[in-house]
Amino acid sequence: MLAKARLSTHTILLSGAFVLLVVSIGILWPVAAKASQPPGASSHGRSPATELARLVADLSSPDKAVQRAAVIALGKLGDPRVLSVLEALRGGSLYVWRQPSGGRETVIAREHATRDEKEVVSIVRADNGEIIQSDDGQAIYVETSALEAIWPDRRLRRIMKPIIDELRSRVNLFDLDPNTRRSAATRLGSLGRPELIPLLEEALSKEPTWWIRNAIHEAINLLKLSDDNPEVRREAAVRLGELRAETALSTLQRLVEAPAGGDSATSDGSVQRAAEVAIEQIERWEGITSVVGTLFRGLSLSSILLLMALGLAVTFGLMGVINMAHGELMMLGAYSAFVMQGWFQTYLPANLFDYYFLLAIPFSFVVAGAMGFVMERSVIRFLYGRPLDTLLVTWGVSLILQQAIRLIFGAANVDVTAPSWLRGGFQAMVGVQLPYNRLFIIVLAVASLVGTYLLLFHSKPGLRVRAVTQNREMSACLGIPARKVDTYTFALGSGLAGMAGCALSTVGNVGPDLGQNYIVDSFMVVVAGGVGKLAGTLAAAFGIGGLNKLLEPSFGAVFGKVLIVVLVILFLQWKPSGLFPAKGRLAEY
Amino acid sequence: MGATAASLLGGLSLAKYAHAAKGPIEIGVLHSLSGTMAISEVSLRDVVLMAVEEINAKGGVLGRSIKPIVVDPASNWDLFAEKAKYFLLQKKVPVVFGCWTSVSRKSVLPVFERYNGLLFYPVQYEGEECSRNVFYTGAAPNQQAVPAVEYLMSEEGGEYKKFYLLGTDYVYPRTTNKILRAMLLAKGVPPKNIMEEYTPFHHQDYQTIIGKIKKFAAGGDAAVISTINGDSNVPFYKEFANQGLRSEDAPIIAFSVAEDELRGMDTSALVGHLAAWNYFQSVDTPQNKRFVKNFKAYCKRKKLPGGYKRVTDDPIEAAYFGVYLWKQAVEKAGTTEVDAVRQAAYGQKTLAPGGWVKLDERNHHTHKPVLIGEILADGQFRTVSRSKGLVAPEPWSEYTNPDKGCDWVDHKGTYIKT
Repeated sequence: MLAKARLSTHTILLSGAFVLLVVSIGILWPVAAKASQPPGASSHGRSPATELARLVADLSSPDKAVQRAAVIALGKLGDPRVLSVLEALRGGSLYVWRQPSGGRETVIAREHATRDEKEVVSIVRADNGEIIQSDDGQAIYVETSALEAIWPDRRLRRIMKPIIDELRSRVNLFDLDPNTRRSAATRLGSLGRPELIPLLEEALSKEPTWWIRNAIHEAINLLKLSDDNPEVRREAAVRLGELRAETALSTLQRLVEAPAGGDSATSDGSVQRAAEVAIEQIERWEGITSVVGTLFRGLSLSSILLLMALGLAVTFGLMGVINMAHGELMMLGAYSAFVMQGWFQTYLPANLFDYYFLLAIPFSFVVAGAMGFVMERSVIRFLYGRPLDTLLVTWGVSLILQQAIRLIFGAANVDVTAPSWLRGGFQAMVGVQLPYNRLFIIVLAVASLVGTYLLLFHSKPGLRVRAVTQNREMSACLGIPARKVDTYTFALGSGLAGMAGCALSTVGNVGPDLGQNYIVDSFMVVVAGGVGKLAGTLAAAFGIGGLNKLLEPSFGAVFGKVLIVVLVILFLQWKPSGLFPAKGRLAEY
Repeated sequence: MGATAASLLGGLSLAKYAHAAKGPIEIGVLHSLSGTMAISEVSLRDVVLMAVEEINAKGGVLGRSIKPIVVDPASNWDLFAEKAKYFLLQKKVPVVFGCWTSVSRKSVLPVFERYNGLLFYPVQYEGEECSRNVFYTGAAPNQQAVPAVEYLMSEEGGEYKKFYLLGTDYVYPRTTNKILRAMLLAKGVPPKNIMEEYTPFHHQDYQTIIGKIKKFAAGGDAAVISTINGDSNVPFYKEFANQGLRSEDAPIIAFSVAEDELRGMDTSALVGHLAAWNYFQSVDTPQNKRFVKNFKAYCKRKKLPGGYKRVTDDPIEAAYFGVYLWKQAVEKAGTTEVDAVRQAAYGQKTLAPGGWVKLDERNHHTHKPVLIGEILADGQFRTVSRSKGLVAPEPWSEYTNPDKGCDWVDHKGTYIKT
């Protein structure tokens, strides 16, 4: 009995020792293998997962030297998971978790929450990114008091920075977002390390978009500029010139001023000459792109002015009502977009979110139009023919609307997120990117103009509007309900303002005083164009917008704007009734 | 003898106020609740009222409760001066908490100096000022703008070599950029690597400027230093992202964009850009966690717009601890009388949400830590750099006015250093 027991104890001890041996070999093997490997060799022939786990565990070491060595070794692993670990370390979300069972594990904190008045957080394992779950498959939240932060000191941060930057660029080179891929390529190109060329070439072979391929080509040739062989450098410079690579300009200039390679005797002048030619090519191209860019900016600003002024052209131009609340109607439109966005977020699945803007546009038209309807019925109809009174009253309305919005939504700006299809831009040519939201506004402005034109000049209600505008009494005698026409015309103008506000929420901010920023510009356009004429509004919008963008680069934003106002005043001295003289109600005064 | 006189005086002033001990102490709150600046200043009013509520709940000051009087100067600078007069002459308040823009501060300054009032001013500003009647709890230029640019030039900050100084056209950006330009030149940055440009208030169309920045930053070693204020920030950041520029191409470091402003922006376009402040909501201290929680709860309880979603930021923190600094000074002085409180305030320390801060012994500004943060997708900041300890305030920058200093103890205000 006793012997048997001793025997079994022996067995246990023996097998225990065996397990210990295996485990220690398992632990020591990678270390030994590492020691025997030449420095810089990658981790072939070893399980990268264990290596990663070991290094991650080292990060929590109290010994700063061990920490630093671990970060450097992690950087050399070339494993994308390393990036999240290092970024967590830099951002202060890497922790040691003291498990209730007594174990310690390195984890990354994810979502913070408050449960029963306690700060809790969900965590993932740092070495493999697995979410730590409880037995029933729910992500567990641990109390922050059970976590011990691993905080990098300044020296460690300095070591981490280039590693993270490079890893991030490597990962970003294959990102889904084209702009991210482009800036990653540019960044890698500027690092001046030729060993990155194979990586860039790999990205090049997978890249579908032409302008990002261009950026990668640029980066590769930029790296080749620091090659030892002057012939390679010369070819790279020639190629950069052909690519019109703006990013290479400063490097090429340095090359011209002081030839690369350190020893100027060995580097021949051909590299320098090639660089000079390339610089010239790039600069000539810059001239072309800046002209194209200015043209587009002018067009974009003009379309915004047109959109803003269109509603005013109807209420001020046709009806002669000086509506100081025009800007606030635009603000209502912008807030309508915000409200619509909120509804989509609350009531509809997330994948439909991108379409909210399509509904927001008609919704803003309806909201602002309804407000215009109420304004006309309650106030403005009593003041026809008294422009100064309308001016004061609508000014009051604008203040009321502003403060009402402040009471409902707060004084702070609200965040209207542009749908993903309005973000980013279309690469028209090298160095010229046309933002989608601006293209969209151009299309919308043209569509609104055409729509308003068709409504006023090619429809029965439009005929009535024009009749009432030109001779109110006569039209009333002929059975046209003049009052109703007034109301609907004003509502139409207001609705157009609301739509403009909705569109502008994608380029500007949405706050209670949004309207104040646009009202002066809108009046300027309508007055300069000649009240009562759509063609005048169109011409003035393009004239002022184009001129503004032409003047701004050389005069600066502040003085450019002053110049525009001065020019408009001078113009009105010369042609007091604007580009296209008015007919209609206002002509009577 | 002197000590006896002082204690006698102290006793007298205590006696003088003893008869009024039952009534509450009225204080002024002077922040715009409407108009352009309402976007920023409403939160400061909220936090001042919260601080007062906290103090009252713990028994008030000198055994008396505090009663805040809130007025709305409506972002109108003349109205600021008028309301300041109302506070000092009609209400005879011992202290006013208020102002945001430099122009509002400059317009109330003569009133406070003439009628000997006390103003706690909670916002970072351009410096070059040193009033005996103002305590500045926000940052001086050497506590925000200068260290921010030093960071960008450092190895850790990315060693940027070209700087685009872009601001709104008024006193704060112009003065700050004057200081920064002098500093950059002093550090050997050639003038062709510094661009400077201004836009009007409410400027909405940043296409041309972003186009210029794009060309300027093409080499990858340029940073944008933004002193754009107010609602121009949104179109600026949106256009920056729309033209395909990223923080990797050229980071923007801003001095007027805090968590409260980010609430109204689509932050996906801003991730990775920087801001320099003395406090972030994300500061990891127990007292800050309590402060953030209390502020959110306060906004929810008072049914203020935003409710529990409200955030704290640097000026909010500065406005908050300003109230406590005043309280401490009053308790030390044993009176609310302006001159006694001013004397008592020198060197006062308090544990603010962001950590210990101290009022300077001489120059009426505050010793604070300097933080640089990266904007995260949720509108919060991640601190990427933090000063060692507190940075002493310099109202007159060493780069533009190396000869001037401010000292209210020995030299009575601005003096020429020898």
